[in-house]
Amino acid sequence: MTNTRNSKRRSGMSRREILAAGAGGVALAGFTPSLFSIARAQAGAIKIGFPVPLTGPFGAEANDQVKAAEIAVKEFNDAGGFQGRLAELLVRDDKLNPGEAATRTLELIEKDKVNYVVGSLSAAVQLSINNVTKERGVIFNSISQSDAINEVKDWSKFTFHEALNPHMTAGAVGRYAFSKFGKKVVYLTADYAYGHEMVRGFESAGKLLGAQTLADIRHPIGANDYSAFLPRIQSLRPDVLCICNFGRDQVNAVKQATEFGLKEKIKIVAPVLLYTARVAGGPEIFEGVVGGTSYYWRLEDTVPTAKAFNDKFRAANGGAVPSDYGALGYAGVRSVLTAVKNAGTTDTAKVVDAMRSLKYDFYKGPQYYRGCDHQSVQSVLVIESKSKDMKDKNDVFSIVGVENPDEKNLRSCADLGHKA
Amino acid sequence: MSGLTLELLLLQIVTGVALGSVFVLLAIGLSLIFGMLTIVNFAHGAFYMVGAYMGVFLYGLTKNFWICLVLVPLAVGTIGLVVERFLVRPLYGRNIDDPLLLTFGLGYVFIESIRILFGLNGIPFSTPAGLRGAVDIGIGYFPLYRLFLIGATGMLVLGLWLFIEKTKFGLIIRAGARDPEILKVLGIDVSKIWLLVFGIGTGIAGLSGILAAPLQAVTPEMGIPVLAEAFVVTVVGGMGSLIGAVTAGLMVGIVVAMTSLFMPEMAKVSIFLLMALVLLVRPQGLFGRAGLMG
Repeated sequence: MTNTRNSKRRSGMSRREILAAGAGGVALAGFTPSLFSIARAQAGAIKIGFPVPLTGPFGAEANDQVKAAEIAVKEFNDAGGFQGRLAELLVRDDKLNPGEAATRTLELIEKDKVNYVVGSLSAAVQLSINNVTKERGVIFNSISQSDAINEVKDWSKFTFHEALNPHMTAGAVGRYAFSKFGKKVVYLTADYAYGHEMVRGFESAGKLLGAQTLADIRHPIGANDYSAFLPRIQSLRPDVLCICNFGRDQVNAVKQATEFGLKEKIKIVAPVLLYTARVAGGPEIFEGVVGGTSYYWRLEDTVPTAKAFNDKFRAANGGAVPSDYGALGYAGVRSVLTAVKNAGTTDTAKVVDAMRSLKYDFYKGPQYYRGCDHQSVQSVLVIESKSKDMKDKNDVFSIVGVENPDEKNLRSCADLGHKA
Repeated sequence: MSGLTLELLLLQIVTGVALGSVFVLLAIGLSLIFGMLTIVNFAHGAFYMVGAYMGVFLYGLTKNFWICLVLVPLAVGTIGLVVERFLVRPLYGRNIDDPLLLTFGLGYVFIESIRILFGLNGIPFSTPAGLRGAVDIGIGYFPLYRLFLIGATGMLVLGLWLFIEKTKFGLIIRAGARDPEILKVLGIDVSKIWLLVFGIGTGIAGLSGILAAPLQAVTPEMGIPVLAEAFVVTVVGGMGSLIGAVTAGLMVGIVVAMTSLFMPEMAKVSIFLLMALVLLVRPQGLFGRAGLMG
């Protein structure tokens, strides 16, 4: 009966309930079912917990990190492991949520009894993981950018930082861009730690070159339309626009800036120019955008270890090349496993010492962890997005500059609050 | 704020109208379905996302944006028809949160399916050839595509209004929204009307998806934030009101543009503040009928 059916339908719920449900729905929308598989523990395995945001806006990068980390594990196991013990990667989805990451990490340590933790892909999430590992005395090698993790407040002797940090990345890009394209700068910044740290990195590099900040426009993280910020940027007439955001925010911001014709008079620069963002955005959108990166696969033209790593990755993933953040998954896991071999034990204190004295070249040239804060001292690449002369569909950037590993490009130990 | 000129202010308003157009497109589909069927369609954002992906897919086959602009709403609308007929219809007469939960879950099914079919990373979609670049509109340069978007939204709204207000079929739809029982007595099959309305609503969601595809990254999750915004617009305008959706959509667009200019950090929060304000003063929304929900 339509009548009773209909009247029931209409009286079932009040406006308030609908609104509440709507709000709940919006909150839940960030939550998606996890995809990870629980690997069965083998007796005596060396277990590495690997919390990364498999679902959510950085899912593409995170899945690439897992693929690369698996190569490091396979390499180690194919070489016979350590005293017959094989390595095992325990991947968990942290959903890009600091709370979720802390819970998963605690589970990894308490329930799965992992020996070490490597992972994370967010400035905030890595601090949350680090809080747990530091309290439990477990080594954590972070593969995501952050300045704060090396500061004495958050750091512990179990904390290692394999990724670049905003100070190094923005510094390298700033030194390149401000001397080449001009000194008047506008920042379009995602309003959270990552964005703020990148701006600080640009400004400290810019200060020495006489760069001038015309405006730092902060946008909410995860915005999908940036058009409302663009007329003002245009009217400020800067030489350089630094878009300090990440992932899809970067794709959307660059796409819309291109659409508004900003590129005709302004050089667009991103502190971290992401391989996945470039692929998702397309060649025309990103044409001419300059940025920094820890790794680009074409490094294989000059660096033999890059070639070796790329070949392994290609063989395991149907010819695909590793992305920047993906490669960090490889280096992060491999350095811990190498330290185990060097230490001759899985004992945490000894492995910490072995990591501290590690001089390695796994995929991008020489690297080492600085003594005071365990930041990996490494090269920073400055790249430019291209739409022509592409060798194949993966050849999306040209390497226009390389800053060699040098502690003077890092914040000093004293700046970070460390004694030595 | 330094460097504030009249040109900038006007350009900002135009930007807001263009932004608002996307909100309008999204909200009318949502509002239409709610107004006629009293179904809160939580899969609306997912239909929008499917529209964008279908646009990318069909563009790859046809290489013609205009053909896609016709095909995508038809295809997404057809998915909507199937959803209404086989999933939503059995739930009529149950509590209003049953279809809500159904569409909420359906949204995830769509997102996961797209992830499986097209991958986690987004895919590029360029602005159609004739609509690229920025043009001088007297107060500064503005992207041609966004001007087109404003025009397209205007045409769609006009068309929909004429359809609902001036055609015989529209009369039946309006009657069905007011009193389905009388309509039934008059010998009209109400279930067919609901089917069609759901198809039109989801078709418009699909159309908004392909229209938005050149503006932003096409990703499986692109419909999630948009759903929240569409709900805000619908609630501000009054659920079920076409003119409400249009007014509120443009209003929200301009509010976002203005806060972006003066308080950029507040751009995202501003629309929720606007909603709270409107609800305090006028709980049924700007153009909503009081008591629609009981």
